[in-house]
Amino acid sequence: MTADLIVRDLHVAVEEKVILKGVNLELKKGEIHALMGPNGSGKSTLANVLMGNPFYQVIKGEVLFKGEDLLSMSPDERARKGLFIAFQYPVSIPGVSFASFLRTAVSARRGYEKELMPISEFQKLVREKLGLLQLDPSILTRYVNDGFSGGEKKRAEILQLAMLEPEVAILDETDSGLDIDGVKVVAEGIQALYERSQGNLGILLITHYSRILKYIRPHTVHVMFDGRLVVSGGPDLAEELDARGYDWIREQYAVVTAEIQETGAVRRAGKVFWVQH
Amino acid sequence: MATNPLGIELDQYKWGFRDPERYVFKSRKGLDREVVEMISYMKEEPDWMRAFRLHSLEVFLKKPMPNWGADLSELDFNDIYYYVKPTERQGRSWEEVPDYIKQTFDRLGIPEAERKFLAGVGAQYESEVVYHNLKEEWEKKGVIFVDTDTAVREYPDLVREYFGTVVPPEDNKFAALNSAVWSGGSFIYVPEGVHVDIPLQAYFRINAENMGQFERTLIICEPGSSVHYVEGCTAPIYTTASLHSAVVEIIVKEGARCRYTTIQNWSKNVYNLVTKRAVAYRDATMEWIDGNLGSKVTMKYPSVFMLEPGAKAEILSIAFAGKGQHQDPGGKVVHAAPYTQSVIVSKSIAKDGGRAGYRGLVKVYPGAKGSKCAVRCDALILDEHSRSDTYPYMEIEEDEVAVTHEATVSKVSDEQLFYLMARGIKENEAMNMIVRGFIEPVAKELPLEYAVELNRLIELEMEGSVG
Repeated sequence: MTADLIVRDLHVAVEEKVILKGVNLELKKGEIHALMGPNGSGKSTLANVLMGNPFYQVIKGEVLFKGEDLLSMSPDERARKGLFIAFQYPVSIPGVSFASFLRTAVSARRGYEKELMPISEFQKLVREKLGLLQLDPSILTRYVNDGFSGGEKKRAEILQLAMLEPEVAILDETDSGLDIDGVKVVAEGIQALYERSQGNLGILLITHYSRILKYIRPHTVHVMFDGRLVVSGGPDLAEELDARGYDWIREQYAVVTAEIQETGAVRRAGKVFWVQH
Repeated sequence: MATNPLGIELDQYKWGFRDPERYVFKSRKGLDREVVEMISYMKEEPDWMRAFRLHSLEVFLKKPMPNWGADLSELDFNDIYYYVKPTERQGRSWEEVPDYIKQTFDRLGIPEAERKFLAGVGAQYESEVVYHNLKEEWEKKGVIFVDTDTAVREYPDLVREYFGTVVPPEDNKFAALNSAVWSGGSFIYVPEGVHVDIPLQAYFRINAENMGQFERTLIICEPGSSVHYVEGCTAPIYTTASLHSAVVEIIVKEGARCRYTTIQNWSKNVYNLVTKRAVAYRDATMEWIDGNLGSKVTMKYPSVFMLEPGAKAEILSIAFAGKGQHQDPGGKVVHAAPYTQSVIVSKSIAKDGGRAGYRGLVKVYPGAKGSKCAVRCDALILDEHSRSDTYPYMEIEEDEVAVTHEATVSKVSDEQLFYLMARGIKENEAMNMIVRGFIEPVAKELPLEYAVELNRLIELEMEGSVG
């Protein structure tokens, strides 16, 4: 079976500055991939560009989602097709209640064209998801992310994930800015949703720290460095990063970049590799 | 033959009467003493009202045009009929109402009978029965709710005692104009301690001239009483007349409470120049809720004079300016006694080259100790051709007061749009949600059916604003 999300040689710039320099990634439904890497390596850029944030310009490469050209779709089309992003910094929409926002979003995802999904059906669904994530229903009457604490914002993102039932979810540093208990609550929510999806949800879990991986076991771990995925491995790679930090990757990467200038082929220095296209 | 922007031939259809034979009376164009005398004569008014009108005319003629605010240079006072006495609100046929107005009715889901009424076609409005039942209830409690012409005839003493006391003709040129030629409007009297539970709605008053150009509204709340008056509606008020200049006067006595809600959507050829003012006595509360969508130009600054300790004022307004529109709304609060409190919240939206803003005055007199005032005005600009202006005037002559002013001008942010779109919501709907959210603090104060209609209307106005 081909992967549901295929990223090929993706190059992305922001205001003339090239951030992603050839990202390759394949993710199938039912898989959890962790994407790690130091600050500024391009993790959030990848997340945003996959969702279609107009702030980023794709300069090269392609992305297929369920076999279709993702990059030609508007963000809302991507979402309706089953792609989801949990934002690192969710923006607030003052005056719009969380309930009406959720109902509009779920209706769009479920293909209601002219009208919204029936209110009773929506309420049943939202009650179920709130229960699953052990969230307080009072969130529904508040304005979207307005005056939310850091933890509330992250939980609200996970509630949206639960409601929209995507096929591929990108979680952009959903664990950042949370204390240990906060990480646990959010991670357990994600894990619960993953288990209930019975293999219909693929997750790209972007994180700076390995602590969330104690609760959510990834199948694959990637390390992004300087706009490329330079190391991939199993769950043990996360533990290694935890123990050794990123310095060893930086050193090996320097060796590779030096060599690649001359030969232009697959290079490997220790665990770090780089495929030149 | 002159043609107005709606494509209706002015001379023929002015006032919505197709057939000149059906006028009971129509004054000639322009304004002078003879026209004013004639109006008063046709209405069989008492001498004091005629004298009031004539005096007001003098004031009008002497007062200069305001040289601030919106551009009024195209307004020609000599090209207006100041009074037409209708036989009934009929004469224009439904076929003659412009298609775009009909389409808007369609999309708003306005009932058939109501559409004709709003378009100035029908004479009857379906809620007649409802109205009569309510009327009986009010009358039992001593509440008076009639059009102001009727009030002058039937309750002359009451009217005479208060008429022109809150907004004297000398106040401004348009108040003087209204005072000289007024017709229609609502008169409401709520006796001491009486609470009117159901909002009084102007458009229950069938066959009255409340949709007129120069209506005059007077509301008196006796001590401890309360009333909510709702005027206008969100459907487009179709008129071929180009000037609407109303005066609203409200007296809120000790411990009484009055809320006045207006949502107006005049057709886009209308100059809407309205003077609204209330006086609030000890522990009284006055609330203005004011929504302005249509019109070419709106200048309207509802005000509250807090004359005794403990008086409270709240002014909430929404303005939406599209192509060719200039909305210059605002509010005025005058703290003339200690421990008075006021809140002004203004929300304006401009798109397609429209101008919308806020113009307000906060005045605190010496000795008004312990008073509080909070002003918040937010502007949302939907494209780079549109404009927002904020003119907050503050005259604070007392030290022991708390006055705050907050103003924001924002564009719909790309981050907000992206956030909503990333949830599957289409761009135009996402834009609508943001705009709805923006006006929500005011919209939530509206009666539900008005809030719903307002949202739908704004969605219609928003169409095409997303590239």
